[in-house]
Amino acid sequence: MMHLLPKTNIDFLKFRKVYYTLFAVLLIGGIVSFCTKGFNMGIDFTGGTMVQVKFNGAVEMEQVRSALSATGANSELQSFGDSSYAISEKSTADEVGVVQARIEKALNTLNVPYTVLQTNSVGPAVGESMTERALWAILLSLVFIIIYVAFRFSNILWGLSGVVALFHDLFAMAVAFSLTQREIDLVVVAAFLTVAGFSINDTIVIFDRMRENIRLHPKMSFGELINLSINETLSRTVITTLTVLFALVVLYFFGGEVINSFAFAMLIGCISGVYSTIALTTPLVYTWSRGQLNDGSNPVKSAAKPAVKKISAEVKREESAAEGYAPAKPKKTVTKIKRTRRNRKN
Amino acid sequence: MSNKLAVKWGLIIAILLGSLYLIYPNYKWYSKPLTERETLDALGERPKRMLNLGLDLRGGSSLLLELEVSKLSAKEPLNEAMARAIEIIRNRIDQYGVAETSITKQGDKWIMVQLPGVSNPQRAEELIGKTAMLEFRIVKNDTSIAQQAFEKLESTDKPFDDNGNLLPEIAKLVPAGYQIMRNKDGGYTLVTDTAPVTGADLENARVVMMGENGYPEVSFEFNAEGSKKFGQLTGANIGKNLAIVLDNTVQSAPTIQARITKQGRISGTFSAEEARALAIVLKAGALPAPVKVIEKKTIGPTLGEDSIKSGLSASFYAFVIILAFMLVYYKAAGFIADIALALNFVLTVAIMSYFSATLTLPGIAGMILSLAMAIDANVLIIERMREEKLLGRPVYEIINLGYDKAWSAIFDSNITTIIVGACLLQFGTGPVKGFAVTLIIGLLVSLFTAVFVTRAIYELVLTSNTKEISL
Repeated sequence: MMHLLPKTNIDFLKFRKVYYTLFAVLLIGGIVSFCTKGFNMGIDFTGGTMVQVKFNGAVEMEQVRSALSATGANSELQSFGDSSYAISEKSTADEVGVVQARIEKALNTLNVPYTVLQTNSVGPAVGESMTERALWAILLSLVFIIIYVAFRFSNILWGLSGVVALFHDLFAMAVAFSLTQREIDLVVVAAFLTVAGFSINDTIVIFDRMRENIRLHPKMSFGELINLSINETLSRTVITTLTVLFALVVLYFFGGEVINSFAFAMLIGCISGVYSTIALTTPLVYTWSRGQLNDGSNPVKSAAKPAVKKISAEVKREESAAEGYAPAKPKKTVTKIKRTRRNRKN
Repeated sequence: MSNKLAVKWGLIIAILLGSLYLIYPNYKWYSKPLTERETLDALGERPKRMLNLGLDLRGGSSLLLELEVSKLSAKEPLNEAMARAIEIIRNRIDQYGVAETSITKQGDKWIMVQLPGVSNPQRAEELIGKTAMLEFRIVKNDTSIAQQAFEKLESTDKPFDDNGNLLPEIAKLVPAGYQIMRNKDGGYTLVTDTAPVTGADLENARVVMMGENGYPEVSFEFNAEGSKKFGQLTGANIGKNLAIVLDNTVQSAPTIQARITKQGRISGTFSAEEARALAIVLKAGALPAPVKVIEKKTIGPTLGEDSIKSGLSASFYAFVIILAFMLVYYKAAGFIADIALALNFVLTVAIMSYFSATLTLPGIAGMILSLAMAIDANVLIIERMREEKLLGRPVYEIINLGYDKAWSAIFDSNITTIIVGACLLQFGTGPVKGFAVTLIIGLLVSLFTAVFVTRAIYELVLTSNTKEISL
């Protein structure tokens, strides 16, 4: 067997104060960045006009800029190299088409023939509705995730902490886009959604292991149990994340300009997703469960209640599969597995 | 091989063959040169069940139109007016001759028109934008009764707004029962404020290239109802002038010589193109209310081609790297997972072809997420199998326990992501929907390929009494 990771036994929960501090720093830093730098929202959201052209001869950026400033409008200019430029005017109240005509008129003064690669004119009402609907979609998914996770894992705290992690990832991506001032367009929104899906996936995998370990080790303290679950799934987490990161790095460097911002968003989101599951979801479940019981004695029971019924069935299935193992009472099988695990560590 | 396993494999092979059958038309179509595809498109011989490329991948234009609800007649409910507007716009665009146009309703009062391959939608826009409100009114030649209004009119710089309506301060000077309209060639006409016959009563319209005064004209025919109304109107007003009003502008005002019922002509100083467009919109009918373009996107063919080329080749390399990584790290188990991944891709494309889905860039993002989830499912299973292997269990137990224990995590994570997808499908607009559709299809497929198919492969391997498995 090839292993990237040796068998680990890290106490992830020990550092939870550090994680919470980091989360607070991210939140504060993010809000500062949102307030001071804001976002570079694409015209899909702000409304406005973008025209991308390619000149058939060499044209310097300065020439284009001066031709545009002669129109008196507040245009933004972006170069794609190779005499290809994108000119955009955001948040204009002008009707669709008017701005485009004005930009093309300005470009004509340069007397270099050009081809229009793409144009995009969005009225202000469209942008507003687009933002509103995207936000509703995300909000609604969050609510449904809380409900589903709470139902499957019999504890609403798990659902809530999963959603906090999800929020963390979306927030981290938003901060990255605010800091780099990359433009947020519809493709980036798709990346946000993808990360939301991926982040919750990570959370579910660890929750699933916790659910199982609660059954296998009913006496274990909740803290130990969480650590055991994270360590056991760590190898899977690393491999899956690495595979996805490989793919994203390729897309980032070779995917072309449209996919580039998608890959950038995904890279940030995936790294944040793995971090938040380990450093936010499970520590929060731990902290909140302790708060719920006040004495902090054995929070496991609360999370394990409905699952307990299934234990005997589960263990029986294992027994029947494991011929040659001495048939025993469920409890004994559990201890056996435990013992072998300990042996392996030595 | 047990019976159960034989049934499993029969099912898998049937599904694989079915998928290849569904994908084949795509291959056949997209391997043809562009010009041939265009000809076939124009002939309407494009295969029905096929994966379509979105505008962002192939180039084209999209227009988002808003129906000006405030100008709707109070009698018609918004829903019906929208359905009628879409039908009328479809008729107009069909005349324009672009293959695969899609015209869809978005929200309450928006209409999305997509024109693949059209990089300058100006003519389409003009065709759609025409309200083509045709009216017949009687001219009041004695303008003395509205003297004040005409004086004010002459002294005002722009007496009409963009829609051809008279400014209110002038309109209130016009006596009741009449209104002033502008003429196409300058000047103003006093007409009755009711239009007894409108374009809604038309049955047909066509271009007459050489009209009486040398300009192209549009001739039209009324339906039965229209003929009756037009006969009454002209019969009662012989000797007066009939104003032919198009979009609040008087095109011409010939004298009524006799009672006319069925046919008529609109003459004016039309160009051939104008006359053709007018005939198209008259025939298709007038829009229930004017529409306004509120969003316009065009993507040139070269840009679409570039983005699809670099996007596809990067996705391909990313896919190959993932396959290689799984193979090196997990050996035989990795190879089986790779087969499942490839099958996942094939099935997803087949299902999308079956539903004639449109692939866009966000749609590709959805596919990437579902592939990532499919990999994760296999990683979960293999990691579980490794754990069981370390416990020294025999091969068949390793496999059974690996699948049994990984299943709940795979199931829950897929369902959660499908929930997210369903919310996006419900609330998202165009591009977000495209993402959601591929995501949901991909996830359902991955539950089949990553779990069911891989397990069937292991079971098949086990029939040859395998004692060792490399993970």
